[in-house]
Amino acid sequence: MNTKVNLAGVELKNPVLTASGTFGSGMEFSRFVDLNKLGGVVTKGVSVTPWEGNPTPRIAETTGGMLNAIGLQNPGLDVFLQRDLPFLQKYDTKIIVNVCGHTPEEYMKAVERLSTSVADLLEINISCPNVKAGGITFGTDSKMVESITSELKKLTKKPIFMKLSPNVTDITEIAKAAEAGGADGISLINTLMGMKIDINRRTFALANKTGGLSGPAIKPVAVRMVYQVSKSVKLPIIGMGGIASAEDAIEFLMAGATAVSVGTANFHNPKVTEEIAAGIEEFMRAKSIKDINEIIGCVE
Amino acid sequence: MEYTKGIIVSVNEIGTGIFDMLVKCQGIADAAKPGQFVCIYSDDGAHLLPRPISICEAMNGYLRLVFRVAGFGTKELSGKTSGEEIKLLGPCGNGYPELAGDQITVVGGGIGIPPMLYLARKCSENGMKVTAVLGYRDSKTFLKEAFEAYADVIIATDDGSLGVKGTVVDAMKECNTFDKLVCACGPMPMLKGLSTYVEGKGGCALISLEERMACGIGACLGCIVKTKEVDEHSHVHNKRICTEGPVFDSKELDFNR
Repeated sequence: MNTKVNLAGVELKNPVLTASGTFGSGMEFSRFVDLNKLGGVVTKGVSVTPWEGNPTPRIAETTGGMLNAIGLQNPGLDVFLQRDLPFLQKYDTKIIVNVCGHTPEEYMKAVERLSTSVADLLEINISCPNVKAGGITFGTDSKMVESITSELKKLTKKPIFMKLSPNVTDITEIAKAAEAGGADGISLINTLMGMKIDINRRTFALANKTGGLSGPAIKPVAVRMVYQVSKSVKLPIIGMGGIASAEDAIEFLMAGATAVSVGTANFHNPKVTEEIAAGIEEFMRAKSIKDINEIIGCVE
Repeated sequence: MEYTKGIIVSVNEIGTGIFDMLVKCQGIADAAKPGQFVCIYSDDGAHLLPRPISICEAMNGYLRLVFRVAGFGTKELSGKTSGEEIKLLGPCGNGYPELAGDQITVVGGGIGIPPMLYLARKCSENGMKVTAVLGYRDSKTFLKEAFEAYADVIIATDDGSLGVKGTVVDAMKECNTFDKLVCACGPMPMLKGLSTYVEGKGGCALISLEERMACGIGACLGCIVKTKEVDEHSHVHNKRICTEGPVFDSKELDFNR
């Protein structure tokens, strides 16, 4: 049975990854999950300098999901390169570094520095709904997406996956812009922008007022967008959005994703990523699937 | 810290909307220190985030959890019956350090009262003279008798129907009691007022904080508190309540940000 998949030249032992921002750099979850059993770890977004993030409350639960407005708090590249990457290097798993920035220059600086690191692949977050500059403001403008992608491609030989926002009129247009800019792949979807009101306190549940919706509630939207994008570009896709079980992961693969990232489900069950990897194998055995690549994009 | 199952032994309502739950969970109970908490997962797939609940007591393989029904998760938990299983993670957080000395004041406000019981017992067993200052809304107290086994108990109520009318600080002033070491849990305004008072008198306030959380293990960065010094995780001024906390020396915190 083959569970290996290939993301723009990076071979994963299985298609299960962690969604950026939900898994840190793997350290905290490593006491519950054998990271060696995962296809790769996608780290929390890292920027050139440390970012403080947003005020609290940063988290609110919603039916079938949650809102977050962390605001990309992170220690910056110096600490990340000294502490987080060496930690992940100890494991037999691929390292996918998620990169964020306020300006094109900040993305470029970060990618340049990461180009000589042990990262296997870079995922560029141009879709965070919770920061005022950068993030989603880049990811909703196809001209900007194309130009950032092509600038970043000049700076590194590592594969670059652009992480797209679902908060757009037509996600295929943005995906095509990333492809035109030379992206090696696409990650989707980031969170959907949402809001929750605390009716007892007559105020917003989140200090940031709006936040990103994730969890099973958004899964059908994500599956639809993965399918649409897979039909409109030739690039490999990392699919995500509400995956909580092996069955969910397989849906994304059948819709056209080559790999999947598991996010919010980690909060409901810290062992879930490893369970999903095992569950995919079980499904393959039950259905006599010899090679996982048979089912990638199998729905027409 | 482990992700495991516990078996409900009993659930009793001990105040309006306040539930006292006994859970058999050997691993977590053996490891738990005062001030730590557990994350309890809902059985309902539409409610994903675990509820952080403070540990009221841990003894002989059992956890005592006293919580207020505040929303879906705690409501569901309050409806559990003997023999049912729950999924939980813990013990989470730093908890109180091993405390030594002659005397200590423990302060609890509202649903911040339960975690102070375990601390009061430990301090009492360590030979410390314990004063417990407990703040309630009104004369409908809970856990008061449990504290009396380990501490001299002073009561403050919002409406004055029992003990001193006013805040826990008002009660400490009126009863003329003060220890250099004060440990507290309760609503943020109470903790701020108490910290200012204790620091003003040259004492040390170790306060236990609460915040909305997602992971409970330090990965999501949802539950931060502003600190004066740069934190070790993100090198900004945000400590994680679930990991570096929930217990902080009040002097570490930046209440103005």
